[in-house]
Amino acid sequence: MAAEEQGLVVKPMDQFVVSPLFGDTNLAWYEPSNSTLWMFLTVSAVTAFFLLGTIRRGEIPSRGQMIVELIYGFVRNMVESVAGRDAIKFFPYIMTVFMFIALSNILGLIPMSFTTTSHIAVTAVLALTVFISVTVIGFVKHGLKFLGLFWIKSAPIGLRPVLALIEIMSYFVRPVSHSIRLAGNMMAGHAMIKVFAAFAGVLGIGAFVPVVAISAIYALELLVALIQAYVFTILTCVYLRDALHPNH
Amino acid sequence: MEGDITTMGAFIGAGLACIGMGGAAVGVGNVAGNYLSGALRNPSAAASQTAMLFIGIAFAEAFGIFSFLVALLLMFAL
Repeated sequence: MAAEEQGLVVKPMDQFVVSPLFGDTNLAWYEPSNSTLWMFLTVSAVTAFFLLGTIRRGEIPSRGQMIVELIYGFVRNMVESVAGRDAIKFFPYIMTVFMFIALSNILGLIPMSFTTTSHIAVTAVLALTVFISVTVIGFVKHGLKFLGLFWIKSAPIGLRPVLALIEIMSYFVRPVSHSIRLAGNMMAGHAMIKVFAAFAGVLGIGAFVPVVAISAIYALELLVALIQAYVFTILTCVYLRDALHPNH
Repeated sequence: MEGDITTMGAFIGAGLACIGMGGAAVGVGNVAGNYLSGALRNPSAAASQTAMLFIGIAFAEAFGIFSFLVALLLMFAL
């Protein structure tokens, strides 16, 4: 490798290595890893956030209570406006997913931490849960009429089989794009920060340029972290709407 | 220089796969630009359509993410 001879060592993917917390580098399935640790911290952070926000409720809300109520109202509004009023009974799950992804993304931005959502294994579980439960909900609520989702009545009769094929394909691509969008965005952003950090190491006195660039990218990543949590949640609502009202 | 021709092919392929991200960039720009032009024509309706904006961006972005995935697979999984 020519780059290493010149002193520019870029290993942007090293931060995503899952390693055991204790002992050697071989990871057995029962051992706690850094992924487990940060997932636990994420869940604790979500719990603490809501407990501290609501522990002293009052007529005049405190700052913590304001933030909790703001997020609660925001997600509830989103579920109601996108998925419909009868989707409110699925609101607790959607709220949980939103808070888990948002806080996991934000905690991953702490330097030297580990981003659990940058792993496709983690996001695939989240996306598959949504995919399978939405399909089951659709069939339970509508029976075989749920297949009308793929048979578009407003299209000309000759086009319908072609459209049905495309719709079925796009239905099964959903969990793939749903999971990889989140993981890819997180991975790309963190790798980009690492690449810029490697530039700072070789530039010497000129290192302030990558430092400024990293600060800007960090701010962008903070935005992306929240937007991706929002996008994951709103797509969950869209899929839920398709399951609850397949003929719209 | 070391390495074999398979590695070279995988690296070239990973680079070529990144061209697909340009398509996603065009798509996302198209969605955001059309949203902005629509919002400037009718600002009172803009706030109610931000959810649609993000859904559109997410769908347009998905295909760029697929090319990113192909690049990653070529770099690390082969």
